[in-house]
Amino acid sequence: MAQRVTTSRKIINTLAAWLVGFIIFFPILWMVLASFKTELEAFAMPPSFLFFDWTTENYSIVQERSDYLHHAMNSVIIAGGSTLIAMLIAIPAAWSMAFAPSHRTKDILLWMLSTKMMPSVGVLVPIYLIFRDFGLLDSRAGLVFILCLGNLPIVVWMLFTYFKEIPKDILEAARMDGATTLKELVYVLTPMAIPGLASTLLLNVILAWNEAFWTLNLTTSEAAPLTTFIASYSSPEGLFWAKLSAASTLAIAPILVLGWFSQKQLVRGLTFGAVK
Amino acid sequence: MATQQTKTIGRLLLSPAVALLLFWMIVPLAMTIYFSTLNYNLLNPGMETFVWFENFTYFVTDPAFMASVQNTLVLVGSVLAITIILGVAVALLLDQDMFGQGFVRIMVIAPFFVMPTVSALVWKNLLMHPVSGLFAWIAGIFGVTPIDWFTDMPLFSIILIVSWQWLPFAALILLTALQSLDEEQKEAAVMDGAGPVSIFFYITLPHLARPITVVILIETIFLLTVFAEIFVTTGGGPGTQTTNLAFLIYSKALLQYDVGGASAGGLIAVVIANIVAFFLVRIVGRNLEA
Repeated sequence: MAQRVTTSRKIINTLAAWLVGFIIFFPILWMVLASFKTELEAFAMPPSFLFFDWTTENYSIVQERSDYLHHAMNSVIIAGGSTLIAMLIAIPAAWSMAFAPSHRTKDILLWMLSTKMMPSVGVLVPIYLIFRDFGLLDSRAGLVFILCLGNLPIVVWMLFTYFKEIPKDILEAARMDGATTLKELVYVLTPMAIPGLASTLLLNVILAWNEAFWTLNLTTSEAAPLTTFIASYSSPEGLFWAKLSAASTLAIAPILVLGWFSQKQLVRGLTFGAVK
Repeated sequence: MATQQTKTIGRLLLSPAVALLLFWMIVPLAMTIYFSTLNYNLLNPGMETFVWFENFTYFVTDPAFMASVQNTLVLVGSVLAITIILGVAVALLLDQDMFGQGFVRIMVIAPFFVMPTVSALVWKNLLMHPVSGLFAWIAGIFGVTPIDWFTDMPLFSIILIVSWQWLPFAALILLTALQSLDEEQKEAAVMDGAGPVSIFFYITLPHLARPITVVILIETIFLLTVFAEIFVTTGGGPGTQTTNLAFLIYSKALLQYDVGGASAGGLIAVVIANIVAFFLVRIVGRNLEA
């Protein structure tokens, strides 16, 4: 907790912190500003900060010329789909480890964690060849499958740490009152687990949305999510700063909002409960 | 208290997740090991021959390999140093009493949510462009010749971008840890006449030791395989100046179609990551007991 300090000290703290925050946030702000400039102004020297002709034409051009919505839809399907399937597989697993642990539970948990440590690039070749042979290259189904497996350990872990915190006494009490396992699940456990489920869902949508190894290597156009779509702006002939900025702003906006809601859970989720 | 029945149900519920992860771990890894012993190029299908460990000797003696290992180490080491040092500073600053702390937190955490391809392209063009980038304009104000970032110091440019992405992660975790620091301990130290410097070195820093270790290990795992930032900015160049191990394996596999060589490289990457993972898993496991 912060110590109580004098007002003048507090004002100095505030100024310093706001300055640092502004510097860290600045590249994002600069990008958003550029998205409302014309290509000429985005490139102009000296740069204009606020006093330029604000325009929204970049946004409509990005949609018209490159079908932005198609790629956004791919991102939604891939991030949402992989997270939902991972949740469906992980909820029973985490529930069982939290409420009916065996002497092997700890080993299984740590083993699951270790599968997350395998670098994707180590298995790039076989995954690429499997995808090629099964016609999964540039398909949304293939990416949903890969990202689901990739994030499964994190989902199990997060859910496990949340389920573990649900007091067991409540279950005992429900059982005393004659609740069946099913009733226990529906009326007692589910309501208590919802906050944990929600933040797990949120964090994993964010991770899958920003995943940029498999998406770049396994998709080209049809199934390309926003990560791959933005990467297409890296070619010199496709360099339009204002349009790049508009497309980028659209690509990160939804996740930025979700992210701000999930800051607290982020620490816990990403450190596997090692820091709370 | 667990009856035989709940044990059976528990195992049943656990098995799909375990089976899938087992499959995910074993099948691709076994294939990588198998491919790494073959002379196999996708351009010559059906010509595979068994070559024992030739791919490994070939991969390891390739001058690009030593360059990539060095680049990987410099990249990981620099980003770790920058994010930890600045992360501690930012966390200490945010832990102070101030107005609008929530808003500052939001600004600081934001870069973490930006997808790698966006942050790399925005930095490369809007900020680091030698003529029209914002940094060039700032250099102009001070009468300094603008730096041609990606030509003169390509690896450092990548380091800057990646550090910007990971600074929020370090700062947020260290801030969370700071907020759990017992205030009474500090007050007692102040009573005993300790200054802010000795409080930092004898109370705050030891308290942060574990979270810093966790940040180092988790960042290392992600930083060992930085890919998208290099892919969209330099393509590993100029020469091999920004080729890290991940990018080298990618270019072997999908640009040169050398399945055997890329698999050998992939196995080397797996081994390195596992050394780091071993320590992380131990720390997390110790925490699980408590």
